[in-house]
Amino acid sequence: MTLQSEPVIVNVGPQHPSTHGVLRMRVAFDGETVTDAEMIIGYLHRGSEKLAEERTFTQVITLTDRMDYVAAMTNNQAYVLSVEKLAGIEPMPRGVYLRMISAELQRIASHLMAVGFLLQDLGALATPLMYMFREREDILDLFELMCGARITVSYHRPSGVFQDVPDEFWGRLRQFLDGMPAHIDEYERLISGNEIVLSRMRGVGVLDPDVMVNASITGPMLRAGGVDWDLRHRAPYEFYDRVSFDRPIMDESDNYARYLVRVYEMREALKIVEQCVEQIEPGPVRDPDVPFVLRPPVGESYVGIEGPKGELGFYLVSDGGISPYRCKVRPPSLLNLTLLREMVIGLPMADMIVTFGTVDVNMGEVDR
Amino acid sequence: MALDFLDNAFFRNIYCNLSASDDGRCGERVFSVLPGGFEWLAFLITGIVIALILVNGLLGSVIVFIWAERRLLGRFQSRLGPNRWGPFGTLTPVADAIKTMFKEDIVPDAADRWVFNAAPVVMMVPSLMVLAVIPWGSGTFLADLNIGVLFIIAITSLSTFAIVMAGWGSQNRYAMFGAMRAVALLISYEIPMALSLLGVLMIAGSLSLVSIVSAQDLPFILVQPLGFLVFFIATTAEINRTPFDVAEAESELGAGYHTDYSGMKFGLFLNAEFAATILSAAVIVAVFLGGGRAWDFLPSQIWFLLKMLPVLIFMVWMRASWPRLRIDQVLSLAWKGLIILAFINIVGSAILTFIWPDPSTTELWKMAGINLIVMIASVYAVGGLLGPGSAPVAGFARGEAPPTPRPAGEPAGGSG
Amino acid sequence: MSVLYRGEELQAEIEKFAPGATTGHSEDAVHVDAGQWLDVAQGLKEREELGFAALTLLTTVDYIDHFEVVYHLRSLSHNRTGVIKLRCGEGRGDAAVPSVISVWRGADLQEREAYDLMGVRFEGHPNMKRLMLWEGFEGHPLRKDYLR
Repeated sequence: MTLQSEPVIVNVGPQHPSTHGVLRMRVAFDGETVTDAEMIIGYLHRGSEKLAEERTFTQVITLTDRMDYVAAMTNNQAYVLSVEKLAGIEPMPRGVYLRMISAELQRIASHLMAVGFLLQDLGALATPLMYMFREREDILDLFELMCGARITVSYHRPSGVFQDVPDEFWGRLRQFLDGMPAHIDEYERLISGNEIVLSRMRGVGVLDPDVMVNASITGPMLRAGGVDWDLRHRAPYEFYDRVSFDRPIMDESDNYARYLVRVYEMREALKIVEQCVEQIEPGPVRDPDVPFVLRPPVGESYVGIEGPKGELGFYLVSDGGISPYRCKVRPPSLLNLTLLREMVIGLPMADMIVTFGTVDVNMGEVDR
Repeated sequence: MALDFLDNAFFRNIYCNLSASDDGRCGERVFSVLPGGFEWLAFLITGIVIALILVNGLLGSVIVFIWAERRLLGRFQSRLGPNRWGPFGTLTPVADAIKTMFKEDIVPDAADRWVFNAAPVVMMVPSLMVLAVIPWGSGTFLADLNIGVLFIIAITSLSTFAIVMAGWGSQNRYAMFGAMRAVALLISYEIPMALSLLGVLMIAGSLSLVSIVSAQDLPFILVQPLGFLVFFIATTAEINRTPFDVAEAESELGAGYHTDYSGMKFGLFLNAEFAATILSAAVIVAVFLGGGRAWDFLPSQIWFLLKMLPVLIFMVWMRASWPRLRIDQVLSLAWKGLIILAFINIVGSAILTFIWPDPSTTELWKMAGINLIVMIASVYAVGGLLGPGSAPVAGFARGEAPPTPRPAGEPAGGSG
Repeated sequence: MSVLYRGEELQAEIEKFAPGATTGHSEDAVHVDAGQWLDVAQGLKEREELGFAALTLLTTVDYIDHFEVVYHLRSLSHNRTGVIKLRCGEGRGDAAVPSVISVWRGADLQEREAYDLMGVRFEGHPNMKRLMLWEGFEGHPLRKDYLR
């Protein structure tokens, strides 16, 4: 005799503690096991791409802040690089180094958020999260020194950054760089070897590397699957060819690998900042000849950078006017969700949440 | 009456001042409030007064505990914790309680109203009933039941009903998930919890908590380390605390079985949960830490409360540090790990009590030494039995070291 | 260093296995005939010397008289990128191109987004529904003639 039972359909989100914002999943459960999942997004859609078409090239920078709002610097960077390519602007070296410093600090901040909220999804009562917010706070203070803003920074400009950092900044940055490795070790002691973390995350949510490549998945997710693909290394933009850093690769491709790759990338980002601090020289941070209202020639450009979540790029089309004719974002958060359904089917509910957490999405970027 | 309730000092002090009975049990009489023939009324009033003291004491201590837990969690998480209302934020839980009482009481349309409304009350009852048998100090208890331990185990499992009622009555899928998980968990952990106490019962020779306390010339945590370990883990699971809080699992289920509750009904659930934590600490102190027995410079009641502190702080500490297990891991820990350990403990204790039927303090020390070795060996063996990663016994699963990322070094071809 | 295929170069590569599929090239993009696009895509992905394993970006541009669908492709093994462009919806007619979801899974959400916001249909997509906006929304906001 077999028991006849219907699947239970549950709406996970948009109001749910662990959907990192407003992602909604319609999930069919058989007992605790996920049998089907459908992703429904758009609850945070603000039409950024349409808005960009009615702003000047410089004004669009403020829109990019609000896409991935936990990694605004890298959004600025991707957009500004694309504008520079479109308009043929040569950036100032000091500006470029400041951009790299800010972008790498932002990468650390973003990974801190990712790992912290992942642990939150695992059920740790905010302790790791609070530890990580402590360091993220330092990074945001540095940003405040740089540009006066903490989250929506709008710091980068075509040809550099909009202002030089105050002298006080370098001392604070040195303090942060000296203290941070010990903090990362602290996280590792708290989390990485924890028996519960290991038993919850190892071997769960495994993805095939070839399938990931085919599904346009990039960033730490891809590197946790054993694919050595980092745009900072394979297609160096800015001055990433002048600094040496390593790409942590793991072959497990499971949730634990995705977690650990992020932790190790924080260390590498620190190394990059160190080298930038050594190499940076006095000089102008932006080209005063670049006008505020840019009129790039007719054409198009796409520059992809290695954002904290994956390849982040802006595809810009110019018709010779003062605003982009078309501005299209390549959102790593959205594309990394392509395989979400395959990842979670067959998992228990608890692991579904954790697997979603290791993808590290930001709904501001998914919906734009 | 089989039990002479006047052995209970707590009871006697009130009763003797009320009743006019002069059968000699009250000793020298100073005065009596009630005239002769009203002993039954004195008895009744005494019972009610003590019950009031205990229940309100418990609810008051819940408030203190909530404050303490939040402050402690704040410290664990490198933040301040509540510090606005009253000195050191002591009035925060009071403010919370007031807010909870004035909140709108929402009953979902689809809910089964009777079941939905009854669940919080049913949840609160077991906690209050357990209160009766705990010896808060020498001669300070409401009832010395000769089946005390059995009573505790029986009563605490009643909370399963409340959780099912809440989950079912809410007609909410998250609540139902939480309730199903809670039932599976509670039923599984009843068994190791009961089994782990058998060793204690063999040595003490009684089910009464008062007798167990008086048998502890050496605290049973030393004599029964394995029993304590199993009991502590099982209790943590029974009261739904991290890492076993799968029934609430706020990151997965919102709030588990009480997702749909608001206002004071939610407050009752919260109260019952914290009360259960305090009471389980009290049971641990009574059964394993020697109750109120310690040096004489403080009253035994104070000692009892002082001993509860480290237990509670340890529970908060666990909550602050560990993530949550998955429900199947929780269950396999109970069935594959704790039950085996509890049986090993029973066999070991049976042999030891056969050798030393009425142990003196020296013999208790010998038992402690032997049981410590048994505990280390058996936990190591069972931890290995569970296998690395399959079901964790923290620190004991013999797994290989976790993997670390390899440096990419020079460019290698991507898997394109 | 990642190298971008020049349009000319990539056109020659495509012509080798799909003669007549291209309709021209610009500086760094190849224009492919929408009718033969699926075969070309298959070849671009599977041929050893090209090896475009990933679809980096799929986007659509409204050029008033026609729509352009732009594919940024990436070969991880050769570390090169290529740009393919498709024309569709001449004279603002029904814009439709074949879906490449069978070739690149990564096209799934991008094609849905393009359909949602620009109104270009991708034929053969198994789940051609709106992505960002809700069902029943009128119009496609990223079109130049969309009025609020």
